[in-house]
Amino acid sequence: MKRVFIANRGEIAVRIVGACRRLGLECVVGASAADMDGMAAQLADRAVCIGPGPAGDSYLRDDLVVQAALGTGCDAIHPGYGFLAESPRLATRARDHGLTFVGPPTAAIALAGDKLAARSQARSAGAPVLPGGEVTTAGEARALAADIGYPLLVKAAGGGGGRGIKRIDDDDELDALVGLARREAGAAFGDDRVYLEKLIESARHVEVQLAADEHGTTLALGERDCSVQRRFQKVIEEAPAPGLSETTRARLQQAAVAFAERIGYRNLGTAEFVIDAVSGDAYFLEVNCRIQVEHPVTEAVTGLDLVAMQLQIAAGEPIGISPDGPGVTGVTGHAIECRLNAEDPTRGYMPSPGTLRLFSVPERRGLRVDTHCRPGATVPPYYDSLLAKLIAHADDRDGAIEILRDALGDVDVEGVETNRTLLISVLAHPDFAAGAVTTDWLERAL
Amino acid sequence: MPLSDDDVREILRIIDESDVDELQIETPAFALHINRSAAGVDARSPAPRGVQGAGERAPAPAAPAPRGEPADGSVTIPSPMLGTFYRAESPGAAPFVEVGVTVTPDTTVGIIEVMKMMNSVPAGVAGVVAEILAENAALVEYGQPLLRVTPGE
Repeated sequence: MKRVFIANRGEIAVRIVGACRRLGLECVVGASAADMDGMAAQLADRAVCIGPGPAGDSYLRDDLVVQAALGTGCDAIHPGYGFLAESPRLATRARDHGLTFVGPPTAAIALAGDKLAARSQARSAGAPVLPGGEVTTAGEARALAADIGYPLLVKAAGGGGGRGIKRIDDDDELDALVGLARREAGAAFGDDRVYLEKLIESARHVEVQLAADEHGTTLALGERDCSVQRRFQKVIEEAPAPGLSETTRARLQQAAVAFAERIGYRNLGTAEFVIDAVSGDAYFLEVNCRIQVEHPVTEAVTGLDLVAMQLQIAAGEPIGISPDGPGVTGVTGHAIECRLNAEDPTRGYMPSPGTLRLFSVPERRGLRVDTHCRPGATVPPYYDSLLAKLIAHADDRDGAIEILRDALGDVDVEGVETNRTLLISVLAHPDFAAGAVTTDWLERAL
Repeated sequence: MPLSDDDVREILRIIDESDVDELQIETPAFALHINRSAAGVDARSPAPRGVQGAGERAPAPAAPAPRGEPADGSVTIPSPMLGTFYRAESPGAAPFVEVGVTVTPDTTVGIIEVMKMMNSVPAGVAGVVAEILAENAALVEYGQPLLRVTPGE
C-alpha cells in the first residue's frame, strides 16, 4: 500500500490524511465541488473533484470513487464513515479493480447490513438478542407483538445507525405503522423487510470496539457508552462505559469477538449492544463495519491509532498486540467526546449551514479536537452538520467532564448556529455527572 | 533519442505527481524547461493544469462552470463528470473535433468513461474550437475545462 484514496469529507477525511502521514502513505482526497476548498482537500497530496455538491452525485457514487482512485494511481480506498463506508458495492468494485478496500470482507459488510441476518448470526454465536423477528403481514405482526409485548420498535432490515426505526405502543399503531414502515424501508434502503424488536425503555447503548487481522487475531479494544442521544443520534460518547460491572464488560467483549469470528470479520468494526438499565441484561443490536465517529475516546484510553490500524490491517499486517498486552485489557483514565454540530436549537436542531465568520476552539491540556473547520470555511447544506469533535482525556470521568465544560465555554463560532449550549447543559447536569444515563434521558431532561 | 508523444505525456504525468515547481533538463537530444508556477498551478496540489486559477484556489462552483474565462470572448467547456477523457470514438479513430472545427451545441467533442460506461460530451455551444485543453486518455475531474470554443453562428 502506497497511496490511499480517501472517499470522504469533513473531519474524518482530515483524520485519515493524518493517519496516512504517520504511516508514510500518500493520500488523495476525492472531494465534491462544494469541498474542493475544504481542509482535507488542502492537506492531502492531491484532491480530485469527483462531482457536484449533492452527495448522490459525488460521495455516494461508487463508480466515480473507484474511477478517481484508479485515475490518480491509488492502490487503496479508505471510505471513512457514512456515505459508502458500508456499501458492499464499493468494496466489491474496488476489489474487482485490484484496489485494497480498507474495511471488512464484502460478505461481512453485506451480512452486517442485513440486520435480520446479523441478529440470527449473533444468536448462533451465543450473543443474546432482543425478542423479535421479521413480520410481513398485519396478522403476523399482531401475533408477534402479543408475544413480545409493547412498547416495541419496528426496524428496517436494511436500516441501522438509528435510521428506519419507529416506536409502537399498541395494536392500533402497529396496524397503522407496519405497512408504512415496509414502504418506507423499500424506498429508503431498497429492501422492504422489517422486523419487530422489544423496546427496552430504560436502556443504555454500549458498544465494543473490534479489531481483527488476517492472521487469526480478533480483539475487543474496550467499550464505549453512547447513551446520550437525540432521536437515535449520538451526542456524547465516552470510554470506558461508566458503572459497567466487570462481568458485563467481559460478557460483551466475549460476545462481540465470538460474533466477529463466526462471520469471518476483518479490520475494525463495532458491535453495538443495548443494556437494560433495570435488569442489567445486555442484548446484541448490530455490528457497524466502519470506523465510528466516536473512535477517539477509545484511542484516548488505549493509546492506539485506530485509523492507522485500519490501514495496517488492510495492508496485511498483524495487529501486533496480544489479548493480554497493554492497551487492550488495560485502559488509562477516562475519555469523553462531544459532537459540536451546526444545528439551530431554536428550530428543533435543524441543520444550520452557512459560512463560518468565526471558528475558535481553545487548546487545553487533555483536550483533542478533530475538525475540518476554520474561519472562512463554508458548512455546505448537503452533508451532516458535524463541525468538530471535542475529546477530553483525564484520570477520571469528573476530570474529563471538567475539561470539556471549560473548553466548550470558550468555543466561539459565528456564522452558523450550534448545539454548544446543549452540550454544556448535558455536561453540567447532575444526572450525567452521576454516570450511566439512559438513551431516553436527553430528550426527557432538557 | 527522439521523444514520442507518449514520452511527453509520461513526463508530464510524473511532474504532475511530483512537488517540483520548476524543472530544467538538457540532454544532447532535447531540452525541457517546465515552470509550474507560471502555469498557475498550486504548488502543493499536483492537480491537472488549468484546473486551478492563478495561485489561489477559486471558489468551488455548485455546478460545472468554467473557472476564469479567457478575455478573448472564448468559452471553456467543463467536464460534466469525473472520468477518463477520450478525444475519439476508439483508439486510432479520428478525433471528434480538432482546433478550427466548427461545432454546434449538439456536436460531440469527446467521451468520458466511468467504469466502462461511455458518456458523450456535447459542446453545448456553437462556435469554433480554439484549443483542446484536456489530454486524451487522462483522468479529468468534474468541472475541469476540456476545450475552449470561440462562440459564433
